[in-house]
Amino acid sequence: MSAFVSVKHLTRIFDVSKPWLNRVIERRGKAFLTAVSDVDFEIEERTTYALVGESGSGKSTIGRMLVGLLKPTEGDVEIEGVNLAKESDVDRVAAVRSDIQMIFQDPFASLNPRWRVRDIIVEPVASKGGDTTGLAEKLLEQVGLHTSDAGKFPHEFSGGQRQRICIARALASEPRLIVCDEPTSALDVSVQAQVLNLMSDLKDDLGLTYLLITHDLTVVRHMADRIGVLYLGRLVEEAEPQSLFDDPKHPYTQMLLDAAPKMDGFGREIPPPQGEIPDPIDPPSGCAFHPRCPIAVDVCSKDRPELRKLGNRTVACHLAE
Amino acid sequence: MTDASKPMTDPPSEPAPSRGQWADVWDQFKVHRGAFWGMVVFGTILFLIVVGPFIYWNDPQAVPTGRDFLNLRDMRPIYVLLWDSGAKVNWLYPLGTDNLGRDTLGRLLLGGRVSIAVGITAMLLSLFLGTFIGVLAGYFRRLDGVLMRLTNLFLALPLLPLLLVAVLLFRDPLSKGFGPEGGTFILIVTLVGVTSWMQTARIVRGDVLALKEREFVLAARSIGTSPTQMILRHILPNVLSPIMVSATLGIATAIITESALSFLGFGFPPDFPTWGKLLFDAVDRMALYPERVLWPGLLISLTVLAVNYVGDGLRDALDPRIRGR
Repeated sequence: MSAFVSVKHLTRIFDVSKPWLNRVIERRGKAFLTAVSDVDFEIEERTTYALVGESGSGKSTIGRMLVGLLKPTEGDVEIEGVNLAKESDVDRVAAVRSDIQMIFQDPFASLNPRWRVRDIIVEPVASKGGDTTGLAEKLLEQVGLHTSDAGKFPHEFSGGQRQRICIARALASEPRLIVCDEPTSALDVSVQAQVLNLMSDLKDDLGLTYLLITHDLTVVRHMADRIGVLYLGRLVEEAEPQSLFDDPKHPYTQMLLDAAPKMDGFGREIPPPQGEIPDPIDPPSGCAFHPRCPIAVDVCSKDRPELRKLGNRTVACHLAE
Repeated sequence: MTDASKPMTDPPSEPAPSRGQWADVWDQFKVHRGAFWGMVVFGTILFLIVVGPFIYWNDPQAVPTGRDFLNLRDMRPIYVLLWDSGAKVNWLYPLGTDNLGRDTLGRLLLGGRVSIAVGITAMLLSLFLGTFIGVLAGYFRRLDGVLMRLTNLFLALPLLPLLLVAVLLFRDPLSKGFGPEGGTFILIVTLVGVTSWMQTARIVRGDVLALKEREFVLAARSIGTSPTQMILRHILPNVLSPIMVSATLGIATAIITESALSFLGFGFPPDFPTWGKLLFDAVDRMALYPERVLWPGLLISLTVLAVNYVGDGLRDALDPRIRGR
């Protein structure tokens, strides 16, 4: 029996070429952006898996491929043993699809401004022709809003309340996996805590599995059962929070953790991360991190490191031990 | 946007849950003063042209003969008596008659029916075409290139010469099938509709492109909503505002295009009045009989203005974010 969600050799390449005529005139070839490159991970049921990384590291692309909004260029996403992109049995696809929901980053853009909250929340059920009497009210109470809010429009709510509405919508079809794409990055810090606590409570009550996509390390530490660190579309390190935060093995993870602001480090001079994230259209040879890596050696620019098991974690670095 | 005369001290009471959406829309619409009066004016014009010809005593298409012709032609409106006591007026012909002795008020009322019917039908047609093409181009990337090139092609066509040629080519076959008035009506509505959808299509496409990347559309897509449902339930309600504006402007353009065609003599048959036709007939003797230009011109402008205001108010009233402010 494989894990609840298993991602194998997942790759997504975007065609970012200019229009045909421009290419002919400027004598350029097609351009391809590798957003996700050969990523493997598994998520156990009822756990929270966090994907962290800088902007442009492919976090959201992975999330969208999991939900089925994007098709993988190569590799497979299997959820409950069903590959959504390749499965031909319509009923099985529909069954798995209703088990997955997504929560988006911007609660101001993710609710249809012309619909009442009640219609928004029951939509995942209503679009499948299910019975929706009293459902919206029940879910609103579950996420800590008032039942009379069902008749209002989204613009009447604050950011945190809207994110609760998004969560209520995600819960409507009684899913088992929720993909959260930076669910708190658009919210105030005080509201972030409320939303995160709500998400943890719901996870315990309903037996949910989360894929948490974020760049906020404190959120990850608070929520995650396992963390995957992404760099330029590649998974560089995967570990449990405790061991990752205490003893990061990959030099990129070390840099990332050093760069995060700390409460006890007030007034401390932090050396900023060196260099920029490379151009994903033209990634570096070998290990993608070697141009910025403080400990890089010759082999790093030649061979791409495989993900190696190192105790309870996996690391993609030639030098880690 | 808010009306200054409206009391701002409404206590924040719990809204009754049974209140329908249309009651909210109507409340917001009433607050928009321009829209309200626009609707009153448009309603009055509609009422007059629909009911008027039934109760008005003169036949607008009757041309008097013999001695009557000389007596009844070129009569001035009765208000001319205010400054010219010797003017040729008759209380039975409140707005006077034209140079063939036909009653001006009767012709205005009958002409309004045609002008507004043409305006609304042509607007609906162009709106349908524009929205359909705009949504398809915005939503389906494959169709985008083809449809937008088609739109540009139509935009680049010189419309008036095209209209004139089309009228010349198709008027006779259509007249045979549907009678001279019916044939011309179909012809003009089709031509105006087919040549005025481009702006709507471009605006709608732009809005759909922006909406398509909004997260609520992604959320709907992630639960497996089909493209048809997506367009009908999520996309279309959110592009309602630009469509509404195009619609009201569309009525105006259609009335004006019909007027232009009639003015050039390519519209309805000569004895059949429309507002544009009345203008056309009166323009050679505008200095002697200004009222014959004034009244149809005024009615066209009033209708267009009123419809624009109504559209403006409707757009605001249909947007839940503006409503209730």
